[in-house]
Amino acid sequence: MTKLRDTRRLVLVWTALVAATVLSWILGTSHGASTDAVQLGTTLALGVAFIKVRYVGLEFMELRAAHPALRWVFEGWIIAAGSALIVLYLTG
Amino acid sequence: MREYPAFIRDVPATRPPVPLARPVARGERPDAARPQSVPGEPGLWVLLLGDMTVFTLFFGAFLLGRAEHPGRFAASREHLTVALGALNTIVLLTSSLCVALAVRAHRDLRPRTAARLIDGAEFSALVFVALKAVEWGGLLHDDLTPSTGAFFMFYFVITGVHLLHVIIGTGGLLVMRRTVLRPAGEGHARLIVESAASYWHMVDLLWIVIFPLLYFAAT
Repeated sequence: MTKLRDTRRLVLVWTALVAATVLSWILGTSHGASTDAVQLGTTLALGVAFIKVRYVGLEFMELRAAHPALRWVFEGWIIAAGSALIVLYLTG
Repeated sequence: MREYPAFIRDVPATRPPVPLARPVARGERPDAARPQSVPGEPGLWVLLLGDMTVFTLFFGAFLLGRAEHPGRFAASREHLTVALGALNTIVLLTSSLCVALAVRAHRDLRPRTAARLIDGAEFSALVFVALKAVEWGGLLHDDLTPSTGAFFMFYFVITGVHLLHVIIGTGGLLVMRRTVLRPAGEGHARLIVESAASYWHMVDLLWIVIFPLLYFAAT
């Protein structure tokens, strides 16, 4: 059934998003590690966050099926905001 | 008929009928087969993307502040409880799943399931607010306020404005719940349901970025 598959897909996406949150939690709290390791962990956590945002948009907000223009504006925002924040973090 | 704001009321009158992408299947709402050009009210997306951009500017300003006072930002961040931030991320993700499933249930003409799922999302929103109150309460108890320094000014402004979005989104979910329980075909159900859902998902995705930014990137 299409409906059941749709539900299963959403639950699967949610599971992956929760797993990514736990991963960021571990990446961001690497206490006792060197400065470089902390910086790498935080950069990865920020990157993972924007990948999560992408899936919330594509799957939950249904942008995968939406007008391509809206989808590309959304994906453009992710790339622009994500890279700007990571650059600001690394140069700060 | 209930009175809705003009932007919701006038849309179907001005929009030409959209051809169906496929025949309507049995057990579906008549509008389920319509090709989805934009989820919800198109004008809402200007607001959503605008809001997301304003938040990005806040985030950028936060990182510029950190570049100016790296030591103080790193020390201030130690007062935050990472577990509360992570837990709240999971709570909002769960509410978003409930809302996405509710949109599907509404399309499949299962109003009670949709309403129950929205109740689940509302409950998650309450948990989010409660955890936020615990965190704010703890900080204020330790005399850490927006006037303590730049970090806490950013922390309270960003989480405060986000909390305001949670409250507005919760109001949207209440409207969505009332809408899914109405008889099929009445009013502009699709627009209202998808608009409230999209707004809620934006509240979720903003927090997804706020979490690593405030709780980790200050170091």
